[in-house]
Amino acid sequence: MSELLKTTLHSKHVALGAKMVPFAGYDMPVQYPMGVMKEHLHTREKAGLFDVSHMGQCFIFADDGTFETAAKALETLVPADIQSLKPGQQRYSQFLNADGGILDDLMISRLGFEGHTHKLYLVVNAGCKADDFMHLATYMPPGITIDVADDTLSLIALQGPKAVDVLSQFNPAVKELTFMTSIDVPLTPTIWCHVSRSGYTGEDGYEISVKHDDVAELTDMLLGHEDVEMIGLGARDSLRLEAGLCLYGHDIDTSVSPIEAGLFWSIQKHRRSAEAGYMGAARVAADIADKSTKRLVGIQPEGRAPAREHTEIQDMDGNTIGEITSGGFGPTAGGPVAMGYVARKFTKAGTPVQLIVRGKPRAAKVAKMPFAPHRYYRG
Amino acid sequence: MSVYFTEDHEWIKVDGDIGTVGISPYAAGQLGDVVYVELPEIGREVGKGDEAAVVESVKAASEVYAPVGGEVTEVNGTLEDAPETVNASADGEGWFLKMKIADASELESLMDEAKYKAYCDGL
Repeated sequence: MSELLKTTLHSKHVALGAKMVPFAGYDMPVQYPMGVMKEHLHTREKAGLFDVSHMGQCFIFADDGTFETAAKALETLVPADIQSLKPGQQRYSQFLNADGGILDDLMISRLGFEGHTHKLYLVVNAGCKADDFMHLATYMPPGITIDVADDTLSLIALQGPKAVDVLSQFNPAVKELTFMTSIDVPLTPTIWCHVSRSGYTGEDGYEISVKHDDVAELTDMLLGHEDVEMIGLGARDSLRLEAGLCLYGHDIDTSVSPIEAGLFWSIQKHRRSAEAGYMGAARVAADIADKSTKRLVGIQPEGRAPAREHTEIQDMDGNTIGEITSGGFGPTAGGPVAMGYVARKFTKAGTPVQLIVRGKPRAAKVAKMPFAPHRYYRG
Repeated sequence: MSVYFTEDHEWIKVDGDIGTVGISPYAAGQLGDVVYVELPEIGREVGKGDEAAVVESVKAASEVYAPVGGEVTEVNGTLEDAPETVNASADGEGWFLKMKIADASELESLMDEAKYKAYCDGL
């Protein structure tokens, strides 16, 4: 196995006593001495700081200098409406293969900074980024530049109800941002950042793209606030699971379409027909027309036993109807939570099902997600 | 009363022919916050090294193996409602089960406290 990559903050994690594990080719902090449970609860109560610099960041822009050309080009690869993005606006979408299977999920922003509003900024998953950048290089037409920023930019996320108070101390402009919008601002006289009000915990908060050279200083400044603690990948996983957010490689992959994965909401109305023409559009349209056989749903186990990934889901007669794709203990929910795919007729919330845990059937119900309410700031 | 340890970090405290089984504070620390413990039925016969219980943290499930063979005579019901007891007192109130030891000679292959400490230091 090749050497693990390190983010710029790697030595910081080690100095803080983090337990490091391999993740998507990087040596990443799974937890700090505080532990997953307390890190999770701290994020929901105050503010957690995450190093997500392993994720891929890139910019896409057209040689003709128009936003329209870049947006039209990217729209050939994602279901989301890109052309209607206003400067500073952000959308969640997916790269699909020709069969409509999900290659990756990603965040797409139109930059809001004067002179740069024709540019798109993408954040993709660490484990998929090499393939994603190759996918873009293959399908973007001539005249489109793909500028991969991994060599220059780190990415950190400040998540939780106190995030706004903490970050607005450095620049009050971030307070005015609403969920899924971004600005480019200095957080100190010398540290310029791309700040978006978004994240993957279900909490209010920010993702901050910052130069490698500045990320350690910015991290120290944020950690200097008494409400901020460093949070590892362990709590990041339990936070996103409670928030009902998909994790690529677990809840979504090439075997499922965005409709099966419950991501219908991320496809704007006029992008839902095959005529939208993007890669995989025919499958999306067919699944919307009720052709798909399964759906991703929340699963609430009864009792205290967690049901982990790959746990078999049965109906009450003992027939296999699906499988858990993410499952564990939800510290905020105060019990086990899970999500998984079930056959279409079992998707209604409240439907009783059985989970086969260590060979024994355990009672569970199909549940509405999220398991912990979203607390995004919508203005 | 003597206490023995396995390489999988279970301990067994022996009093006559009854052994009390738990996991070491080192193991509890490695697992992190325990959120669920699955205990065996009383009367179950387990062989040395068989899975006797399951302990789950936020992230993962781990097996607890029987340090020696025997019959389960008692389980720590406290852990069903308060699994965090395993973190708070792994070598005391966080015990998992008691068993009637079938063959005391099986204890000889286990580590004593000094050997176990040296074993953990080497990990």
